[in-house]
Amino acid sequence: MNFLKTMVVAGLVAASTTVAFAADITGAGATFPFPIYSKWADAYKKETGNGLNYQSIGSGGGIKQIQAKTVTFGASDAPLKAEQLEKDGLVQWPMVMGAIVPVVNIEGVKPGELMFDGETLANIYLGKITKWDDAAIKKLNPNAKLPAEAITVVRRSDGSGTTFNFTNYLSKASADWKSKVGEGTAVEWPVGVGAKGNEGVSGNISQTKNSIGYVEYAYAKQNKLTYAGLVNKAGKPVQPTVEAFQAAASNADWAKAPGYYVILTDQPGDKSWPITAATFILMHKDATDKAASQEAIKFFRWAFKNGGKAAEELDYIPMPDGVVKLIEKTWAAEIKS
Amino acid sequence: MAVQSDVIDDAGPYDRAKALSAFKLGDVTFYWITRLSAISVLLILGGIIVSLIVGAFPAMKEYGLSFLWTQRWAPSADPPVLGALGPMYGTLVTSFIAMLIAIPVGLGIAIFLTELCPQWLRRPIGMAVELLAGIPSIIYGMWGFFVLGPFLANTFQPFMIRIFDGVPVLGAIFAGPPSYLSLFNAALILAIMVLPFITSISVDVFKTVPPVLKEAAYGVGCTTWEVVRSVVIPYTRVGIIGGVMLALGRALGETMAVTFIIGNSFRISSSIFAPGTTISAAIASEFAESDGLHQSGLILLGLLLFVLTFFVLAAARLMLLRLEKKAGK
Repeated sequence: MNFLKTMVVAGLVAASTTVAFAADITGAGATFPFPIYSKWADAYKKETGNGLNYQSIGSGGGIKQIQAKTVTFGASDAPLKAEQLEKDGLVQWPMVMGAIVPVVNIEGVKPGELMFDGETLANIYLGKITKWDDAAIKKLNPNAKLPAEAITVVRRSDGSGTTFNFTNYLSKASADWKSKVGEGTAVEWPVGVGAKGNEGVSGNISQTKNSIGYVEYAYAKQNKLTYAGLVNKAGKPVQPTVEAFQAAASNADWAKAPGYYVILTDQPGDKSWPITAATFILMHKDATDKAASQEAIKFFRWAFKNGGKAAEELDYIPMPDGVVKLIEKTWAAEIKS
Repeated sequence: MAVQSDVIDDAGPYDRAKALSAFKLGDVTFYWITRLSAISVLLILGGIIVSLIVGAFPAMKEYGLSFLWTQRWAPSADPPVLGALGPMYGTLVTSFIAMLIAIPVGLGIAIFLTELCPQWLRRPIGMAVELLAGIPSIIYGMWGFFVLGPFLANTFQPFMIRIFDGVPVLGAIFAGPPSYLSLFNAALILAIMVLPFITSISVDVFKTVPPVLKEAAYGVGCTTWEVVRSVVIPYTRVGIIGGVMLALGRALGETMAVTFIIGNSFRISSSIFAPGTTISAAIASEFAESDGLHQSGLILLGLLLFVLTFFVLAAARLMLLRLEKKAGK
């Protein structure tokens, strides 16, 4: 009995000390970067013994949590505007990138064979183009065998950063889309069926013949979906590749954007993939718990330096070196220790 | 045993008044504990209503009653335009179709189980019904998405569309194109999901019919159908309606399975093979990434579902009351 008691007390003491000394960084927000954040956290813990507790509750939730100061950092797929950052005393920077690709399911069409431009994509999602053999699609794909079948349009039903970036791109590419639908995490879709999550859209596309949808690049790749190429801002056709995604990030004008407020859609450059998206981290400039804040910065610095390979393994795109240098300067200048 | 009697002996003679007051105290305590438990239900319900109203207030102020008949749902417009007509329509239509299918089938199973089924088949069918109730709704959703949806879109829907093509009204209700995700598919999943509620409650109430009543009916030469129609169902009517209401409550509020298979479109289409949405599916889909007026609008949708369910249940009570009056009870 006494032995048991001693064990329990010893256990409690041990538990309380780990709670007291391990500097666990807490963060919450976007679901999209969750796999890579948890992979980084795991490797970081092995190296330094410091853990990271990231709750993927959605971008909106991440912004609310950091504003309420309940976490050390928030994460969001859609950046906050500079005025908003100023008002809440927040610093924001892009952490890692992903890309969104159009995917189709047409018999006989292989990955990378079809080509769209923003205008055509917008018209499909507006319900103006309803058949696969429409003149606009044929013009972009003179050699493809397109069936005279109705297009089944698939999109996300849940509010998501993916939808935000996709609709943002369509708004830039089509004035009609901008005025009729606009951009947002959840919009008023004129046509189509809504599926839940990237996995819902992938599942729907692979099951439904003659369908079109949009998913994160990682989902298209892992589920072997038939992705399509896009004509970018420079008028050049591009295929979804890591080089094309990084080109979009490198060509973006980060230095002149206050609070790194750059939406990576429709960026200039011959090689840029037009629907690339960064996911952002938000932190307080003058945090109440400065030690935790510094710990978090240490983690992010480590992730930029050592996490690129892990990111690529999970089909994320690491930030280009030039952007990382800018971000490190921002940390030094703005976050109080 | 010996030990116990020793204890009683040691305790000596009881003080009658003291014992009685101890009993009384126990009784009063018991009364209050049960009463507080009962009252807590009202408090919890009240709390939920109050917090829903508080959350929904900005949207109520912004849209007023027009929220009820606006079909547009444009959360990213500036300012957002939100209307509940689409989700309300979807909720009512899917529940209605689900009940249309589930009530006859559920009652059929229950009647077969209690009146006609050979003894050896009762247990397997009974267990199957109970298992149906035990399947988590997400599994129904996935099955609907991967199996039922494709089957309906490739086989059942084209058939219905062909038959009713050109028929007034019905032609519009069963109009194409076939879809994996549609109001009808969601309604069918709902029907399967609520089946066990109707069946197992009906089985239970059918078992309460006194055998002497049925034997008397058979004795004067009634057929099984006549016994079921004129003895069993009238005797158990209240219980059956109770089961149906429970099923309807589930159908109105079911979220996960429906979100998977309904297509989540806020537009109202005359065709039941077109995608739609329900109140709970809309909330589940959009709540996580919503804020401001959009979120308030979603909470208002929740409040609306609450009110809708309340009215449906109240209407059921009223119907029950009328039936009882008519029966002269």
